[in-house]
Amino acid sequence: MENMPLLVLILSSIVKILIIAHLLIIGVMIMIWAERRVSGWMQDRLGPNRVGPQGLLQPIADGLKFMFKEDLIPNHVDKPLYVLAPAMLLVPALVVVAVVPFGSSITLFGYEIPLQIADINIGILYILAVTSLGVYGVVLGAWASNNKYSLLGGLRSSAQMISYELTLGLGIIGILMLTSSLSLRAIAVEQGAYPWQWNFMIHFPAFLAFTTAMFAETNRLPFDLAEAEQELVAGYHTEYSSMKFAMFFMAEYMNMIVGSAVVVTLFLGGWHFFGLENVGGPVWSGLISFGIFFVKTAIFLFVFIWVRWTLPRFRYDQLMNFGWKFLLPVALTSIVVTGTLWIVTGSRLIVGIGNVVTAFIVVSIVAGLLVMNKAPEPAIRNDDSQITPSALDAIE
Amino acid sequence: MNPEQILFFLFGAVSLIGAIAVISFRHPIYSALSLIVTFFAQAGLFVLLGAHFVAAAQIIVYAGAIMVLFLFVIMLLNLGTLSVKGAIGGKLKGLAIILGILFAAEGIYIAVNALNDTAVASAEPATAAVTTTTYEIGELLFSEYLLPFEVTSLILLAALIGVIVLVKRESQEEN
Repeated sequence: MENMPLLVLILSSIVKILIIAHLLIIGVMIMIWAERRVSGWMQDRLGPNRVGPQGLLQPIADGLKFMFKEDLIPNHVDKPLYVLAPAMLLVPALVVVAVVPFGSSITLFGYEIPLQIADINIGILYILAVTSLGVYGVVLGAWASNNKYSLLGGLRSSAQMISYELTLGLGIIGILMLTSSLSLRAIAVEQGAYPWQWNFMIHFPAFLAFTTAMFAETNRLPFDLAEAEQELVAGYHTEYSSMKFAMFFMAEYMNMIVGSAVVVTLFLGGWHFFGLENVGGPVWSGLISFGIFFVKTAIFLFVFIWVRWTLPRFRYDQLMNFGWKFLLPVALTSIVVTGTLWIVTGSRLIVGIGNVVTAFIVVSIVAGLLVMNKAPEPAIRNDDSQITPSALDAIE
Repeated sequence: MNPEQILFFLFGAVSLIGAIAVISFRHPIYSALSLIVTFFAQAGLFVLLGAHFVAAAQIIVYAGAIMVLFLFVIMLLNLGTLSVKGAIGGKLKGLAIILGILFAAEGIYIAVNALNDTAVASAEPATAAVTTTTYEIGELLFSEYLLPFEVTSLILLAALIGVIVLVKRESQEEN
């Protein structure tokens, strides 16, 4: 990249940004359609299938409807923040994707163009920094709406995001120690061509903790307390209508897509798949690697939908207990075990086995302590003991 | 003027405007948001200095975590618009005037010195090329600055235990 003329660098960057931004928007539309169709399939009904083949054009119809609806701003809201909030949720979701490597590289007109918008040397920190800003859109939208249901949703959301961000950050430290780089491209290259060389095999507990925290950060169903319909009408976006509501909606799906891409890069081998990414010439191998990355992200997005329509919502105390008493200890032990075993043995196999064994021990100890402490307590707190089996299921 | 200098003045201006807005807004939520803008501009300044890690840490810690807690508390207490007259009473007024004069004198002294000293202005571009990587920061932290690092973590641990003790005592009294 250093020997590339400035003009080529700028032009290729603009083209990459345009392609990725449009792919994201189209991805959001496909995700909205897929969510409704898959949920229909899981509930043994059809879902939207009237507009276009298999209902594929339904998101476009929905989008048109959003645009032509009246953009209502209630009188009692705090206007500047009310208008700003949807953008503050949408922009971080769009900006994160800049550092995700979505393929190896393509050689065009004699220049080797890496399939990544910006390979900065603090890639992972950038992702953590920008995703941590997404909470402002939710919190400010909730507060500016001047509505008690919205405010409750916003408060829940900020507490939840702060709690699960810790796990998100701690979950990747094991990977950083073995890769000794913060650049996402370096992490993706470090993982070999075969699934047993990918990071999720070496850091299996961290992988589960990170993915769970990712679900919480995107406000998806087992963790969607910020918009629990039965309790809070629609939570933080109760007062929003028309395109502003659509922006909240798009931001949620965009966060899911970017989150899946990050998980694929960090844990699932990036664009590697049994050496298929090296087939063909300098142009075709780049396109194939992009295709592999795309398919992996799509599969992970299906898992997002699958989980949403399988697991019921957590109760608030369950959410906090699960985050602080299960996920956080698992992530912390994973760091200690990975560091110790890597220095002592230097073998990825032993690190992987050690991680799983110690995570199992930690979860058993925590669950045992919870059960023992709950038994003698007064009746008010008795319902807490229900957390143990469900939380254990989720971790395993 | 090279691009780096233009960016420096841009980030500096945004940082100053944000800082002034923090104390000018009547509503605490807007003040908190202005503070976040200032943090962002300062992160930009760190990037210009080649300190990428510090810039990221600034946003993760201050903009991403601490300010969310600030907003959380402001929203939870439901603080309304503050009136300046109520906030600054008789005693504090005298102190505020003295401190204000001292601060203004300090600012004028620095500004006059900086305008006279041409060496500062010419030395700027040379430092911009150095990039501090996370690797170097980690190495320094665990060799030369090991003792301050460990002391800081001990202080944080003590604060953590203190909070737990305080909360535990309160919940025991309730029972």
